[in-house]
Amino acid sequence: MQIDTKNAIQIENLTVAYRGKPALWDVSLTVPEGVLMAIVGPNGAGKSTLIKSMMNLVPRAGGTIKFYGKSYRQMRNSVAYVPQRASVDWDYPTSVLGVVLMGLYGQMGLFQRPGKKQKALAMEALEKVDMADFSGRPIAQLSGGQQQRTFLARALVQDAQIYLMDEPFAAVDAVTERAIVAILQELRSRERTVLVVHHDLQTLQEYFDHAALINQELFASGDIESTCTPENLRRTYGGQFMGWLAGEQ
Amino acid sequence: MLRRINDFVTTLPFWLIAVTMAAGGIACIVGCMLWFGATFDYTLQSVLTGSILLGIVTGVLGCFVTLKRQSLVGDVLAHAALPGVVIAFLIAGSGLSVLLVGAAIAGWLGLQVVSLILDTTRLKQDTALGIVLATFFGLGISILSYTQGREDAGRVGLDKFFFGQAATILGSDVLIISGITVIVLVIIIAFWKEFTLSTFDPEFAMTNGFAVRMYDLLLSSLVTITIVTGLQLAGVVLMAGMLVAPAVAARQWTDDLGEMVILSAIFGAIAGGLGAMLSGIGWGRPTGPMIIALAAMITFGSLVIAPARGMLWDWLQRWLDRHRFETENLLSDLYRFAERNQKKDYVLEEKLLIGLRGWFAYIGLRDLQRNGLITRKDSGWALTDEGYSRAEAEHQKRVQQQNQENA
Repeated sequence: MQIDTKNAIQIENLTVAYRGKPALWDVSLTVPEGVLMAIVGPNGAGKSTLIKSMMNLVPRAGGTIKFYGKSYRQMRNSVAYVPQRASVDWDYPTSVLGVVLMGLYGQMGLFQRPGKKQKALAMEALEKVDMADFSGRPIAQLSGGQQQRTFLARALVQDAQIYLMDEPFAAVDAVTERAIVAILQELRSRERTVLVVHHDLQTLQEYFDHAALINQELFASGDIESTCTPENLRRTYGGQFMGWLAGEQ
Repeated sequence: MLRRINDFVTTLPFWLIAVTMAAGGIACIVGCMLWFGATFDYTLQSVLTGSILLGIVTGVLGCFVTLKRQSLVGDVLAHAALPGVVIAFLIAGSGLSVLLVGAAIAGWLGLQVVSLILDTTRLKQDTALGIVLATFFGLGISILSYTQGREDAGRVGLDKFFFGQAATILGSDVLIISGITVIVLVIIIAFWKEFTLSTFDPEFAMTNGFAVRMYDLLLSSLVTITIVTGLQLAGVVLMAGMLVAPAVAARQWTDDLGEMVILSAIFGAIAGGLGAMLSGIGWGRPTGPMIIALAAMITFGSLVIAPARGMLWDWLQRWLDRHRFETENLLSDLYRFAERNQKKDYVLEEKLLIGLRGWFAYIGLRDLQRNGLITRKDSGWALTDEGYSRAEAEHQKRVQQQNQENA
């Protein structure tokens, strides 16, 4: 337990169930401020559910979640969300800039249309993900990696304290992977707290400084070296992990 | 030539398309009236205004409905309204306004059941829509069979319910339709951001503090009111179609939601207005089917000719690509043979080239000749000086690329 740093997120005894089957069981997790934390675990371990339950997108059976000691409802404007790329219809009639501007809708009043100020902010976010040249492109014409970077820009434009990202690295090209990593570094340099659902154990230690190992229960969490020990990974992944470990050594 | 047409069409500004369509529509409607000498009497005025306004409203709402992948919503409403109509008849007797209220309540209820199913079960949207459609309609039919025994059973007015009766539209109905049009347009404009975000990415909208469920409810309520109002004009099944056709057509022409909504409203208005006019001069007596037929024609036309997304431009694009590909291949064939034989203007038999590249090579050869890159020699073809240097440059480029890949 780190005592002298502020905790960005404090989850206590979180339980989420789908039709009586627990998806998350009694998870207590502390995320210190300013860390890059990977949420790691096998398929169906409840990683996305954890992130969604933090934003009240799935009902929880029990437990509390606090952001800097406050509820999500109070802190909503300080939390930015990057959903899974496949969760929307990319044939929607809008441009890359249009999607990024959506990140600012919550801060705008009734009848208000995005103006110069909002567009400038959106372009700034697009430059950070190397997509400024594509701002006018219909989103139907984007590649998977470009879609992911557009989603990332939409979250960046919100300039939040806490970022929750659901599998941003899933099936993206090398350019996009590098862009995302650069963004993560930049967010850390600005003391932002970032939670990322991550799949790739190979790049885990390279990209992140903290990790939480989840498979319905929380198996371990904390800084990356002490958390991602072979022993902890084996316990989290059960049998699935043995093959990977054997291949590695 | 074809390439120039393609470039021209794909860069047409939206306002030009929209203004042209709107002007064309108005011209058709007015032209019809003048040409066939229709009397612009009270009935025609009412039907025309009512149809145009309903076309606009369904066009606008339809965009959001189809983008939410709920194209079936109109049909669900149509079928779910039946038990409402029959029950209203049993309680309060026939009378169009009573039946409409019954239809509205039952239809609205049907849509809320769909939402409930989606929220509480794992069923997919199409399944939920299908279940509600079938159960409500089945319920309606069974209650209907109960009314058959009654003396006034023939007056339920089901034919009006299904196909509408445009000629009975009065000035007061037009007033109601105008009111609904204004309400819908104001709500859509006021909550533009909210409707956009909650149709594109509902979860993200929720995390930004938008009450997505409330906007869903608002949208389905507006759709219900519109469809039920349109009942009298076009009948319930055809109103369902008007919710889909203009929106689908408009999507073909633009990649911007605002533009799509405007165009969809224009398409809806054209279909409504022209349909009412044609039916007014005596073509196709029932107005509803006429309107839908026109809307379907607009949709079909858009699927074929709309720039960039239309089938026609798809074919054209592929044809142009193939064209370029073939000419490049022919050029490199000629170059290879020239190199191998150490003779810049080595003559290759036409038959051989066609054998290598298929009948499409004829077009490629003509292209190359027109650009002065090859010339005809007896029964074969040879590179000109210009053609040789062009082919050489392209060959060098390919070699360089390969080296880069290997490195």
